[in-house]
Amino acid sequence: MIELSLHLLDMIQNSIEASASKIEIRIDEDLQADLLRIEIKDNGRGLSEEQTARVLDPFYTTRKTRHVGLGLPLLSEACRRCEGALEIRSLPGAGTTIRGTFRHSHVDRAPLGDMTSVLLALLLSEPPLDWLYIHRVDEEEFRLDSSEIQKELMEIPLTHPKVRKWLMGFWAEAENGLSIRALPARVGA
Amino acid sequence: MTKLKSVEELKKIRDEARKDLMSRVQTGTRIIIGMGTCGIAAGAREVMQAVLKELDNRKIEAHVETVGCVGMCAKEPLVDVEQAGKSRVRYGNITQEKVPRLIEEHLIRGQVIQEWAVSRMEAQKT
Repeated sequence: MIELSLHLLDMIQNSIEASASKIEIRIDEDLQADLLRIEIKDNGRGLSEEQTARVLDPFYTTRKTRHVGLGLPLLSEACRRCEGALEIRSLPGAGTTIRGTFRHSHVDRAPLGDMTSVLLALLLSEPPLDWLYIHRVDEEEFRLDSSEIQKELMEIPLTHPKVRKWLMGFWAEAENGLSIRALPARVGA
Repeated sequence: MTKLKSVEELKKIRDEARKDLMSRVQTGTRIIIGMGTCGIAAGAREVMQAVLKELDNRKIEAHVETVGCVGMCAKEPLVDVEQAGKSRVRYGNITQEKVPRLIEEHLIRGQVIQEWAVSRMEAQKT
């Protein structure tokens, strides 16, 4: 995948298929430690120990529609290429947490890319989800909690076009601010 | 943006949305975009963004949702269009560029674009 945000869309879809009703996404950019960490935590049906062990095998999938499952192997490979690793913690009935690490400055690390598409994926899931999104760059944090927004909106759904548009703009602005912070310091600047 | 300011804005959006909520309930058209690994790799995200943009531009109300893999990787990105009371049509190899014509012909004029369609299914009961 040419952007890390695409991996996130993929993982969100996994959570939805596992009947999750709540998804937490955390992106942590620690520039001092030169570390990028991505975490997706859901409350879906989870995986058995045996499934967790096999889930990184591209020829293993829980679905019936085809015989390969590439989502997690692709993400794992992306982490490994950047001196990081993918960790999967899961228990049947207790949800799944996926954590990928990357060396932030690694030449092979794909950019985060269009993070507003992550919001879209969360909004367009059926049935509607609760979600929490936290993106940190060092000390600066952008945090959005669907239940907090819903409280302000009262009976209006988050998927209402007007709400969606406002959210997209708000999200894009926050992400822009963060991405500027995350740029490597220019040599000699 | 400060938290307080964004809460104020949200309230404003809420009041605006309330005014036109009644006309937005149950339009009965669903657009379903395949978002499995293969779909994403084939460009489903850009198609999703194009669909939303096109609907906004034309002020059409439709329910857009994403689904996972349906096992037709070779024909991704897949987009299903379902109109109330009619069957559900699945279109294959949809790109951003094809989206305007798809919305125009199928949603507005109600004509299936035969050369892009890969299958037809019974509409789901919602």
